[in-house]
Amino acid sequence: MAVVGNQIVRRRAGGPIHWIRLLGSAVIKGITFVGGMSILLGQTFKWTWRGLFRRKVRFSHHHLIQQMIRVGVRSIPIVLLVQFAIGFILALQMAPELDRWGQAEQVASINAIAGFRELGPLMAAIVLSGFAGASIAAELGTMVTTEEIEALQVQAINPVRFLVVPRVLATVIMMLCLTVLADLTLVFGGFITGVLQLGISPARYYHLTLEALTNKGFLTGLIKGGLFGLLISLIACYQGLSVKPADGSEGVGRATTVTVVRSIVAIVIMDAILTALFYVYNFFER
Amino acid sequence: MSEPEPVIKLENLVKRFGQQTVLDGINLEVYPGETMVIMGGSGCGKSTLLRIMIGSIKPTSGKVIMLGQSLAQLSESEIDELRKKIGILFQSGALFNSMTVGENVALPLREHTKLHRDVIDLQVTIKLNQVSLLQARDKMPAQISGGMKKRAGLARALAMDPQILFYDEPSAGLDPVTSSQIDELIMNLSKGLGVTSVVVTHEMDSAFRIADRMCMLNRGKVLKVATREEFEALRDVSDADGFSQDELLMRQFLRGDPEGPISSEEDKGGFFEELGIFSLR
Repeated sequence: MAVVGNQIVRRRAGGPIHWIRLLGSAVIKGITFVGGMSILLGQTFKWTWRGLFRRKVRFSHHHLIQQMIRVGVRSIPIVLLVQFAIGFILALQMAPELDRWGQAEQVASINAIAGFRELGPLMAAIVLSGFAGASIAAELGTMVTTEEIEALQVQAINPVRFLVVPRVLATVIMMLCLTVLADLTLVFGGFITGVLQLGISPARYYHLTLEALTNKGFLTGLIKGGLFGLLISLIACYQGLSVKPADGSEGVGRATTVTVVRSIVAIVIMDAILTALFYVYNFFER
Repeated sequence: MSEPEPVIKLENLVKRFGQQTVLDGINLEVYPGETMVIMGGSGCGKSTLLRIMIGSIKPTSGKVIMLGQSLAQLSESEIDELRKKIGILFQSGALFNSMTVGENVALPLREHTKLHRDVIDLQVTIKLNQVSLLQARDKMPAQISGGMKKRAGLARALAMDPQILFYDEPSAGLDPVTSSQIDELIMNLSKGLGVTSVVVTHEMDSAFRIADRMCMLNRGKVLKVATREEFEALRDVSDADGFSQDELLMRQFLRGDPEGPISSEEDKGGFFEELGIFSLR
């Protein structure tokens, strides 16, 4: 009992110091992450620019297409399924409420607005962070542990140019495509509910959707999608490349989990900032 | 041996990780065409030394002069230019798992030269032939054995016709026959192409087969740099009376004796194993 008591006393004595330490380490981790991401972003821009506009620097279209297939094409079915279900559910949930005010038809407008402005890019990004982000982080992390990254460096092949640039470009391009697909599928999910459950005529639903849609809604959604893609791929590459050779498989596992968690947090924060910019401060006029 | 300019010269190299000094004042010269074997127990700093030589990590102090250029004074792009003149065989082979063996060998040529595809194909054929691996050209790294991976890694290291080849534990994890085949290959490349080789290993059989000169490291310091014959003599001497502590330690290492100064140092926890910063794989 005395021993237990001693331990409790000792823990209490170390209490505030312990919390200050935790806080300090969290701050350092945060600064390291943001700093590292900024450097990686800068490097990615530099090598993309050089790859596209300088003849001396090789830009492999083959790699880009390979990554686009891996990142985007393979995640299309899941994104479509999720978006269809969300559109369907959203309409089902809203219908009784709107019906009370005699506005059941507004399901079409609300679905269109919510889908194109918000849920299309957001949900596609969340699916992609689990799908592509995790796989990129695991792949690069494993490449660190098997000395492949070091092998690239000592062969004078820049890993950012060779590995990060095609993955980031592929994710951004595919997020743009996925956002459009996601928007349409979500609207289609709502359409099915609207037509089959609420008895809105297909033509009327189509008309209401078009009426609710604006260029701004579509373009801001697209911008969000592209930026989410940038975030996901950069975080995944950063976490993957941050694995230490000695970390082994455990390090790769951690990098994968951290990638998904950080991507989702970053996406939501970015979404809040962009929505504020677009709709509160009207950064992007109609 | 006539003594021309060394291709690699290490001057008073020190590397610290935090408070731990991993390399402590290393001086070493490697001459053109020779095979220098760097040996030492796990955690003696030999992998760190290799990584400093290939420019993967920077030394805390001291100089690395390679092919007449001091690494510390070179920009990143100049180091990259220098790297095109060296080849490295990693312990695991470090092949890119997403590419076939042939594509792995072709990669440095595709990245650094403007050669036509057909010429690159021909080069790949030649390099794979040199390591007797032509039959595995279209296989993925996951489909070939450990020894084949090393040979493929070697073919890739040879792709740019390097002046210096570095080998990190070339025979680690291989069966004795494959291991001696790799040794043969190293010797053939060294003698046939006149490539300077730096081999990091703790496999003594392999070391004595391939070395021209050897360097013994212990606890971050160079104990002795000498010809293979001198080390052989030290290993084979039966009466160790009057030997210094260092000589006893080297003799134990070369002979692989379980008892001796190394064992008592390990008991004291003198080795850096717990560090885990550099490669102990």
